[in-house]
Amino acid sequence: MSHKLEHIRNFAIIAHIDHGKSTLADRLIQTCGGLEERDMKQQVLDSMDIERERGITIKAQTVRLIYKAKNGIEYQLNLMDTPGHVDFSYEVSRSLASCEGSILVVDATQGVEAQTLANVYQAIDNNHEIIPAINKIDLPAADVEKVATEIEDVIGLDASEAIPCSGKSGLGIDELLEAIVTKLPPPHEGDINAPTKALLVDSWYDPYLGVVILVRVIDGFLKKGQKIKFMNSKTVREIDRVGIFTPKHVLLDELGPGEMGFITAGIKEISETQVGDTITDDKNPCHEALAGFKPSIPMVFCSLFPIDSSEYEKLKDSLGKLALNDSSLHFETESSQALGMGFRCGFLGLLHMEIIQERLEREFDLDLIPTAPSVVYHIYKTNGDMIELYNPVDMPDIVSIDRIEEPWIKATILTPDEYLGGLLQLCQERRGEQIELTYAGNRAMLVYRLPLNEVVFDFYDRLKSISRGYASFDYEIDGYAPNDLVKMEIRVNNEPVDALSMIVHRSQAEYRGRALCERLKELIPRQMFKIAIQAAIGGKIIARETLSALRKDVTAKCYGGDISRKRKLLEKQKKGKKKMRQYGNVEIPQSAFINALKMGDN
Amino acid sequence: MPDNKNIALYIHWPFCVSKCPYCDFNSFVAQDVNHREWLDAYKKELEYYYELTKGKIVTSIFFGGGTPSLMQPFVAEGVIDKIVSLWGICDDVEVSLEANPSSVEYDKFIDFAAAGINRVSIGVQSFDDRQLAFLGRKHSAEDAIKAIKIAAKSFDRYSFDLIYALPEQTACDWKKSLDNALSYAGGHISVYQLTIEKGTDFYTKYRRGDFTVLDDDCGGELYEITQSIMEQYGLPSYEISNHAKKGEESKHNMTYWRYGDYIGVGPGAHGRFIVNGEKIATKGHRAPDIWIKKVNKTGCSSHEFEVISRKDRAIEALMMGLRLKEGIPLSRIELESGSSWKEIINPDKMENMIKEGFVSTKEDILIPSSKAIQRLDSLLGYLLTE
Repeated sequence: MSHKLEHIRNFAIIAHIDHGKSTLADRLIQTCGGLEERDMKQQVLDSMDIERERGITIKAQTVRLIYKAKNGIEYQLNLMDTPGHVDFSYEVSRSLASCEGSILVVDATQGVEAQTLANVYQAIDNNHEIIPAINKIDLPAADVEKVATEIEDVIGLDASEAIPCSGKSGLGIDELLEAIVTKLPPPHEGDINAPTKALLVDSWYDPYLGVVILVRVIDGFLKKGQKIKFMNSKTVREIDRVGIFTPKHVLLDELGPGEMGFITAGIKEISETQVGDTITDDKNPCHEALAGFKPSIPMVFCSLFPIDSSEYEKLKDSLGKLALNDSSLHFETESSQALGMGFRCGFLGLLHMEIIQERLEREFDLDLIPTAPSVVYHIYKTNGDMIELYNPVDMPDIVSIDRIEEPWIKATILTPDEYLGGLLQLCQERRGEQIELTYAGNRAMLVYRLPLNEVVFDFYDRLKSISRGYASFDYEIDGYAPNDLVKMEIRVNNEPVDALSMIVHRSQAEYRGRALCERLKELIPRQMFKIAIQAAIGGKIIARETLSALRKDVTAKCYGGDISRKRKLLEKQKKGKKKMRQYGNVEIPQSAFINALKMGDN
Repeated sequence: MPDNKNIALYIHWPFCVSKCPYCDFNSFVAQDVNHREWLDAYKKELEYYYELTKGKIVTSIFFGGGTPSLMQPFVAEGVIDKIVSLWGICDDVEVSLEANPSSVEYDKFIDFAAAGINRVSIGVQSFDDRQLAFLGRKHSAEDAIKAIKIAAKSFDRYSFDLIYALPEQTACDWKKSLDNALSYAGGHISVYQLTIEKGTDFYTKYRRGDFTVLDDDCGGELYEITQSIMEQYGLPSYEISNHAKKGEESKHNMTYWRYGDYIGVGPGAHGRFIVNGEKIATKGHRAPDIWIKKVNKTGCSSHEFEVISRKDRAIEALMMGLRLKEGIPLSRIELESGSSWKEIINPDKMENMIKEGFVSTKEDILIPSSKAIQRLDSLLGYLLTE
């Protein structure tokens, strides 16, 4: 295979969730002969079950296609399938940095959504050429004209040559392939004779191959047996495999300038590979490393506890296994009085958190109690120190605090205008500051600054319910700002329940405290005594509920024959108590805490 | 503690004229019952248990059911005579019969008395015809009053049952009903709160939403009202649902609650007695025809002779003992468990309960307060060690 740069096209597919990106990718692969019809499972690129089921892409994937264009020339097309969701925008930005162009997929029935915008702006930031593709035109509700207008009005992209297509039926696929060749540029640079220079795009752990590294070669070659150097981590390794995905693994002798593929180099842990690193030849290194990427930072934290405390070790192992392929997952041991031993975990965002929880439960068969998600606060102490607070439980004494800063986000919401009122109110309630409000047709685009803390709680669920699912939402982190934040404690019979402590804005404390107390009142079974449930800031009680004592709980009839039955019932009751936590005289079933922690229906 | 020479005898007659919708007892509606055959089988099973409990003396006999008043009196007589000839009975033996207030049955009261029955417990349930219809009872309030009058003449002692906490029953309704019922009271009344048991007709109806039951708050209120009215009337409670003048308590049931020994004869009857230092639990086969066959073949229908562990004995003793106003001696718990009561009851929790006024100790006796008795299930769950 020749290494003519002009015959290579590296491109990404970007889209809002559910706009048919993976199906379209499948169709491109199939059309180029990468897979026989019988090999086509739906969405071959989403290899995790959870990806296929939820219709989302979590990990970036790359596939090499061979396309014979109308001009008779065979082109090498390297397709990157990127995650659509905001939580994985870090992965998106990585993928985009290794391509020169993008196909922007927009659903012909849905139009431009918040993630479409976010991804498109990232592509533009990476100097991509962009081909708009209006997908799902086989559906009766498809409105190509309207969507094209939206692409122009909302995104500001010329949509006059947008390609109407359908990943499902195959309509427009040839036009799309032709457009990739004619409209997207070949790799900008690439010198066969220069020292090896390649970008480490991603890496993951494969049980058979060890760590697999996804690369984009800039200059020179990567060959089997070559001694390579990772410029940032300064490690040297020998390449033992070079290959590409078609999407099947295909081993090659080498990868040349402009090409994408994978290498393995006897690496056992992904922590040894730094995404964004520059790979060069050990003996003949390039002069300058590539710019690389910013490391991903976990933004949302929650604690995970096993319901069955004996599963703590299993949870630890399982998190370790997930972290093998997910460098953005952070976790640390935590011990809670209410919930036992568990882990404080850091996630890129809410979806990331949900996916990790789901994978732990499904792939590792764990029953988990997640605490309410929270964010990282910056606590500035009067002595000038700044500490990062990951867990409300660790909040230092109020007197030693000068100020607390919380992370903010810039949120973009796209919604049919009939739901605008409700969404404005939601943003207002969540301490939002409006930055922009614009219209395109009957759709409104809302840009708000919001404290991240207000968003992790149940913002997304509320947004979806207010807009009946029609509004879309995306955000980017927008710095820290001080605010009047306090730690609110929940007490049961005067004893704090650590798992329910939270940092809230003072103005929200009473409302949140009352809601939580009311909820606990519903959830805690009545006991022989009355129970005081309180929310407190420092020593001050801001909300209180009293759970009255159980008035009657006794078996009316019990004679000789019932003794065995009665004892068995008691034994059952005692077994249930293993899941109880003691608060003074009061025993609270763990399930009460679990349900109090459940978000969404607060 | 009860003298371990004493033993109580329970005889189960499993037949009824009709099945009441709230009842989950082992009862069957049957047309042709061969009374002679039943008497013979009872005698056989009595002989079987006698071999295991020789040397004991019978302090009470209880004919329960089902509806044992449907029995022909010669069956009761034959059973009583058999018991006398095997174990022998104490001087103040209590011989109770459960009866329904229908004319077929109260007309036989005098014959039952002649057979040796000296106490009758009548399933009145209510003195309101509408409530009786809801409860699926075949008798009227008038029948009930008549039955009580005849019972008072025929037997040394009588008691009757009432059911309250019926759907939509208010505190005011219940007060009136109870006041009225008390005008017919003798020395003993059992007052039960309606509970919906699995497998009953009411359970199906309740699940279907045909009616609702009172919540625990309302139920609790009615319970408290019952306690105070009965007390004023001189019939204080001695057990959760049982009220009596002093000395009029049911001796037989007290054996259960004091965790004494008892033998159960008849289909589905339970027994618990000590053999060679071990407490044995027996359980008769529930189906009448199989019970008869088994007894005729082997002398006994119980398919399990479960040895109750020392710890479980202590738990059972505590569980039953705390149903009683008199409470239970801690030494009794230790006698059953063979170890310190602290192995059974969490001492810290007991301290808590004393502080909160749920229990008190008088010398060695653990006494539940009335607020503890009405929350006993929670209390037990709380007190017991893990």
